[in-house]
Amino acid sequence: MKLDARIPNGPIEEKWSNAKFEMKLVNPANKRKYKVIVVGSGLAGGAAAATLAELGYDVACFCFQDSPRRAHSIAAQGGINAAKNYQNDGDSVHRLFYDTVKGGDFRSREANVHRRAEVSVNIIDQCTAMGVPVAREYGGTLANRRFGGAQVSRTFYARGQTGQQLLLGVYSALQRQIGAGKVKMFSRTEMLDVVMDNGRAVGIVVRDLVTGTISSHAAHAVILATGGYGNVFYLSPNAKGSNVTETYRAYKRGAGFANPCYTQIHPTCIPVSGDYQSKLTLMSESLRNDGRVWVPKKKEDIAKHPDQIAESDRDYYLERKYPSFGNLAPRDISSRAAKEQCDDGRGVGPGGRGVYLDFRDGIKRDGADKIREKYGNLFDMYERITGEDPYKVPMRIYPAVHYAMGGLWVDYQLQTTIPGLFCLGEANFSDHGANRLGASALMQGLADGYFVIPYTLGNYLAGVPATSLADVNSAAFKTSETEVRARLDKLMSGTGKRSVESLWKELGHIMWENCGMARSKESLEKALAEIPRLREEFWRDLSVIGERDSFNQSLEKAGRVADFMEFGELLCRDALIREESCGGHFRVEHQVEGEAKRDDERFCHAAVWEYAGSADATPIRNVEPLVFENVKLATRSYK
Amino acid sequence: MSAHSLNLTLHVWRQKNKNAKGDFVTYKVKDVSTHASFLEMLDILNEQLIAKGEEPVAFDHDCREGICGMCSLMINGRAHGGQRATTVCQLHMRFFKDGDEIWIEPWRATAFPVLKDLCVDRSAFDRIISAGGFITANAGSAPDANDILVPKESADRAMDAAACIGCGACVAACPNGSAMLFVAAKLAHLHNLPQGAPEQMHRTRSMIGAMDAAGFGACSNHYECEAACPKEIPRDVMALTNRDYARTSFAHRERSSKSDGGG
Repeated sequence: MKLDARIPNGPIEEKWSNAKFEMKLVNPANKRKYKVIVVGSGLAGGAAAATLAELGYDVACFCFQDSPRRAHSIAAQGGINAAKNYQNDGDSVHRLFYDTVKGGDFRSREANVHRRAEVSVNIIDQCTAMGVPVAREYGGTLANRRFGGAQVSRTFYARGQTGQQLLLGVYSALQRQIGAGKVKMFSRTEMLDVVMDNGRAVGIVVRDLVTGTISSHAAHAVILATGGYGNVFYLSPNAKGSNVTETYRAYKRGAGFANPCYTQIHPTCIPVSGDYQSKLTLMSESLRNDGRVWVPKKKEDIAKHPDQIAESDRDYYLERKYPSFGNLAPRDISSRAAKEQCDDGRGVGPGGRGVYLDFRDGIKRDGADKIREKYGNLFDMYERITGEDPYKVPMRIYPAVHYAMGGLWVDYQLQTTIPGLFCLGEANFSDHGANRLGASALMQGLADGYFVIPYTLGNYLAGVPATSLADVNSAAFKTSETEVRARLDKLMSGTGKRSVESLWKELGHIMWENCGMARSKESLEKALAEIPRLREEFWRDLSVIGERDSFNQSLEKAGRVADFMEFGELLCRDALIREESCGGHFRVEHQVEGEAKRDDERFCHAAVWEYAGSADATPIRNVEPLVFENVKLATRSYK
Repeated sequence: MSAHSLNLTLHVWRQKNKNAKGDFVTYKVKDVSTHASFLEMLDILNEQLIAKGEEPVAFDHDCREGICGMCSLMINGRAHGGQRATTVCQLHMRFFKDGDEIWIEPWRATAFPVLKDLCVDRSAFDRIISAGGFITANAGSAPDANDILVPKESADRAMDAAACIGCGACVAACPNGSAMLFVAAKLAHLHNLPQGAPEQMHRTRSMIGAMDAAGFGACSNHYECEAACPKEIPRDVMALTNRDYARTSFAHRERSSKSDGGG
């Protein structure tokens, strides 16, 4: 597999300008002759589809939900970063770039990170122009708050619903183009294969989730913006439908899959309450602006009501360990610190798997009304789920799998290793390194969709004749369709007794126990032995009831879980070979006093996996070396 | 709060597809924790059905944290089950008592045809947004965000209205199956902001036209929508819309179709 990142020449500040100038353009009158497929309608996919249609391309957009407005970007709560320096507190594009490279534990590609920091300022302008109701000060200017891993306030927000409001902005732009006939939207439609011809992506095969009909769609380029794979752990804050299928199908067709072991653990999730639990719910990182994290100092206090524990008997461990960042230490560090306290027997709540996030002092200082104004909807959500009132009793939180930093490998142009196949947003790998800073996911999705792909796609299409649109009746499409149908038949043909959900839960358990917050050679080898066994059981004991060619939610889920059954193994394999700790990837063998210990000699690179032809064959590990010319490789410190 | 468990009788609407005739089917579920969500209770039911070789109940859901708007159940005749400001995915079983009988139906509205069991087609909402629920601002054309000053009160009112998740509870709760609260929420969001002003009249007319065309009923001020809305969109958004609609009906002139293309 050839990995050419196509990083532009020149100083870091000029790379994107130079690249834009050097890119080939498509004649505006010819754009309508180019057909582009976008899979996914979240911040990245929706923004790409709308923007490419604005430019004049003939766009088709696909999502599995019943409306593009429901993509999982909607659940992001806290905010979006932009290096505006509106607060006059020392922010700049370079500082956002620096914070992100450092926050990612020196495992991201500098050029991509810098580009995103540059366009961050355009994103907030664009969203405001489109009517996103971003929070304001009394004078009418935009308000900011602070997020983890930063010492400046650069996060813009819309109450605790920033992702929702940004996505609805994207959705409105997309619906405008749909209404104008420039985008053809396929809702309740799931992509099941990428079609290749002569080494290029020429279209996709999809299943209509209402009728079960399989159909083919041809395009000059295919863009995947299908989100992350956190659901491989079963319990995660991802939406129930979030999956790896589209990117994993692309991987099986030859796209490199980079750094699958980089999964982010979010420190502030509502703890698990029982084995019926279907998913987890996050509490926004922004809460750590006013909430203080603590556990009892004495083990005998863990069962006491928190009011009964004196101030001097509380351990505000983040403030103690990381005085300069305090409760807003980055996510990987805060998560590990919570685990450490609980492993030490000082965790609170059922099973001792929780720490307090306490608003007592914030409420005393600013009043309950001020706190309600900032976080009201989050407090209400917490109360609905737990039955406890966080204005009176501290929240209990525990880390959980959240975001996938790994994804399809892309070059600077956001193209995968397959020509004509592009990948945006959480689905790709490039912009966060081994740990993502808060308020950066929304930024990446919109950067890719609004401000990067409109340029880089044109650069690709300028070299592709408009007359080269593939024929959906050609052998390439028919072969893909046949394979897709055969797989659905195989899923339907199981004569076993087990539900998809129970098998998925079991996979999640293996993943979380062995490849979760702490990973070791031993645990990963155990997972690598157990997953193939479970996969075999999946195909042997699965029961999918209903019809193939109709509305069948069990069949949809079975297809997604079947891919997780293979992908989980790839994730563990990647984690096993990366014998270092960096960001969200924590190998217990590689630490200094509980902090991650990188090995830059051996692992200062992105690992890019190449499919070897079958699920049981060992995939090939390729490497993209990472070069740090602008931020000096150093041990991260938030002390 | 400590958990205990419930035994329940469920009457669930089963309908094979859009054209089939549906009916209620009765099921028993046992030992449901009060900490489980309503959808997790349905998960438990579905696991039971699969174990018996019966087809599980289809219901829409995705984020399960009250924000995506995909879940849509009528529970005992109340959209989302009747807990204030709560979507059905956030409704927890502690809201119910041991021994309860629960009737579970899909949204009922002409404009939302049932696809299967508890799933309905809400694409009519997308068509309404396509008709005008946007501000025309192509990517790349925006001025600096702070060049547009918005009084905090206006931004807050816009945000109150923009909180709509497009679930359709307002339509399901309305005796007329009207989408007035949905439409008015979008209009109030955009019209409380200066960015929304240039297209205000056209947008109002166009979105209401699309609502009528999609087969939604007319509003006759029952305000069941407001009571059912999980995001507590206030009914006064509709007053704003009615005012604008009256104005546009008197004063509306179609946009000039003259070409502005120079030689």
